[in-house]
Amino acid sequence: MKKTSLNSIHRELGAKMVEFAGWEMPVQYEGLRQEHLAVRSSAGLFDVSHMGEIEVRGKDAIEFCQWVTTNDVKKVENFQAQYTLLCNNEGGVVDDIIIYKFSDEHFLFCVNASNSDKDFAWIKKEEGKFDVDVSDASPQYSQIAVQGPQSKPILSAAIGRDLDGIKKFRFDAINWNGVEMIVARTGYTGEEGYEIFLPWDKAPLLWNELMQSGAGGVKPCGLGARDTLRIEMGYSLYGHEIDEDINPLEAGLGRYIKLDSDDFIGKNALVKSLERGLSKRLAGFELIERGIPRQGYGIFKNGNFIGTVTSGTLSPSLEKSIGLGYLSNETGDDRIQIRIRDTFREAKIVGIPFYVK
Amino acid sequence: MAQVLEDLKFTNDHEWAHEEGEVLVIGITDYAQDSLGEIVYIELPSEGDEITKGDPFGAVESTKAVSDLYAPVSGDVVEVNEALLDAPELINGDPYGEGWMIKVKVYDHGELEDLMNYEEYTDFVDNDVEE
Repeated sequence: MKKTSLNSIHRELGAKMVEFAGWEMPVQYEGLRQEHLAVRSSAGLFDVSHMGEIEVRGKDAIEFCQWVTTNDVKKVENFQAQYTLLCNNEGGVVDDIIIYKFSDEHFLFCVNASNSDKDFAWIKKEEGKFDVDVSDASPQYSQIAVQGPQSKPILSAAIGRDLDGIKKFRFDAINWNGVEMIVARTGYTGEEGYEIFLPWDKAPLLWNELMQSGAGGVKPCGLGARDTLRIEMGYSLYGHEIDEDINPLEAGLGRYIKLDSDDFIGKNALVKSLERGLSKRLAGFELIERGIPRQGYGIFKNGNFIGTVTSGTLSPSLEKSIGLGYLSNETGDDRIQIRIRDTFREAKIVGIPFYVK
Repeated sequence: MAQVLEDLKFTNDHEWAHEEGEVLVIGITDYAQDSLGEIVYIELPSEGDEITKGDPFGAVESTKAVSDLYAPVSGDVVEVNEALLDAPELINGDPYGEGWMIKVKVYDHGELEDLMNYEEYTDFVDNDVEE
């Protein structure tokens, strides 16, 4: 199993470690609920070094990114980040990623740990069509996320920098005592926050500095809280809401897909799927009766199977059971039933995000 | 009503059972609650329901996983710990006491002989962990 450079710190903090995408990662420290609520009310610190990084450099970098990703790269400015997708030829989702633009000739892709090797192979095979160099930079980078309303003062104090200049979905290259870091105002929690890329072996340095500067206001958070936070926001997770067989338009990700602009891998298939008409849609729901929805549970309407749950949890912020799932188009009113251990529990369709400040 | 562990019987699904006069009190072990992590939800049968040895009689869910509860014996449910429905974390805090789940009128007391005593159960857990 692969270990991040923060592995021994997690153990010292008493984290429960689990295997995730080939990595040994902390799933929780003190407890998922406390960690989740710390991010909503103050700040949380996440080791996300398992995430993959792919570097794209060269004269055709923009055209290359425009071809392999679904969103419109031409709208991205230098030191701006963009949420986007890699699609396969059938329009299914290879991965959802964030691209960071340094210049017209240099982009960094941040990809899911579980897809890191697959994504690299997938875009590497397009390399020859352009004047670009695509390299797997994952082993070079650690990544730490600071998320929560207090993340800015805590990070600012830790690295001795004013961060007011970094707007949402923007980033900056910062030299912190000789450590070259990319400080991006991005995240996966719905809160204000930052994701910091830094050289592999420097993560403990920054982690400890953040724990000190945030003393009392920051909690180390595991993958468990990361998941419940993103579910409350209705964010897709690869392997749940999206995968190679799922049409991202049905996942509600249409605003990240440039169907009216340049060509990209999967575009034809997606356009055709719209012409045929989408057959299902991702929706949020909350349980009216007791129970917790989990991936794979059936969704029913008046006894008829109409879809499947993709994610679910007891929401720590809302203290309700919430879930995401695909529904066939015709649902009529907002009442549905979730099948949990052979009984049908009443639920109702609600808007996403579940959690609104 | 904390229990003396040596007086309890155990299943290999990590339930405990304790005879109190006419009824058998059933819960899950400290090892089970610790492995599950924070328990956030529980489903229990209702008073008057019948449970069958080896079959699920309910479920506990932690923030990480769902786990069925298996009946150590067959019998009729005579009391349910309703407090757990609103405060399932009691199971984490006091699995052998306040975290008790149901009381059952046992059909055949002979079935209790199939369960492990405390020493056997701790050996079982040790082996379970080593695997």
